[in-house]
Amino acid sequence: MKKLIAATTLGSLMLAAGLAQAADYQIDKQGQHASINFKISHLGYSWVYGRFNDFDGTFSWDADKPEASAINVTVNTESVDTNHAERDKHIRGEDFLNVSENATATFTSTGVEVTGDNSAKVTGDLTLNGVTKPVVLDANFIGEGEDPWGGYRAGFDATTTLKLADFGIDYNLGPASETVELILTVEGVRQ
Amino acid sequence: MQWRNTNDRFGLVTGSLHWLMALAVIGLTALGLWMTSLTYYSPYYTSAPFWHKSIGLVFAALLVLRLIWRAATPSPAHVASHQRWERRLAAGAQWLMYAAMLLIVISGYLISTAKGRGVSLFGWVEVPALISNLPDQAQRAGAVHYWLALGLLGVAGVHALGALKHHFIDKDNTLRRMLGMRLPNATENRK
Repeated sequence: MKKLIAATTLGSLMLAAGLAQAADYQIDKQGQHASINFKISHLGYSWVYGRFNDFDGTFSWDADKPEASAINVTVNTESVDTNHAERDKHIRGEDFLNVSENATATFTSTGVEVTGDNSAKVTGDLTLNGVTKPVVLDANFIGEGEDPWGGYRAGFDATTTLKLADFGIDYNLGPASETVELILTVEGVRQ
Repeated sequence: MQWRNTNDRFGLVTGSLHWLMALAVIGLTALGLWMTSLTYYSPYYTSAPFWHKSIGLVFAALLVLRLIWRAATPSPAHVASHQRWERRLAAGAQWLMYAAMLLIVISGYLISTAKGRGVSLFGWVEVPALISNLPDQAQRAGAVHYWLALGLLGVAGVHALGALKHHFIDKDNTLRRMLGMRLPNATENRK
């Protein structure tokens, strides 16, 4: 955290020195141009796709200095939706997300490593089911520019694979279903 | 034994519904608790809820039938030796149980239909979902279903203890007249 503050302070000084500033973006929740999805194997035979319908967050982004980007996302875990009432009820229960205890999941980036023209590895702390672990997102920059309504937008997608047991979720779904892939896409409106 | 209730005793319809539903309450509660504790790889993981829901639908139909029958046909007179507080307690317990059974049936239906899916009746027909997508529907209906089912068992326990007290301590006809047994002191019931 201290490092982050130091980096932020450094960023501000650089701004004062006339260098390009990373702009702050609010994830477009109102227009719902963002989604957090996951997929998990069912018995090794097919995929179950699910999503979190309610989340919010911000990111800072500067195309000239992508390594200085940062993102924060907070997810309402109760909003999990796999289009199956009883399964969703089970996922919200103690066997999985335990949403009455852990109503939110959060991701806070701690570093960005640029890996290509439009790709980067975003490292951060993911708190899920009350357990905080570092994870690495494989992120892609999709595009940015003015929207038709007077705003300015930038968007990304990212994936990562989580081992459920790492987050204290050890309900036995079978050997093919010990990991879940997170697939997210966010579009932010520049503030 | 007569179909209808007489002034002295419960008839075949009331008696059968009473004992069948008593059995169903115990069976469905046990089945419900068991099925929600099954692991994903249990062979009964999908079949146990199927039976629970199908039997539950039959139970709902019996409950409606019972309430109509109760409203449409006269009940036997109170056993003359029953005290006023006993009559009040007995009546209170009965209406609590009716209310609980009704709400348990409705909440059970609301769990399964929370995402718009119907409920299968033994695979013969599907009862359509009428109320779906209420906020937090499966969770809230599930909590109501669970706690009322336990509460119902508690009240039914008091109800049963009362019946046993009348049978073994007071040695009156309270239990006999629900069991269709011979009433040795039937004259005492006449008013």
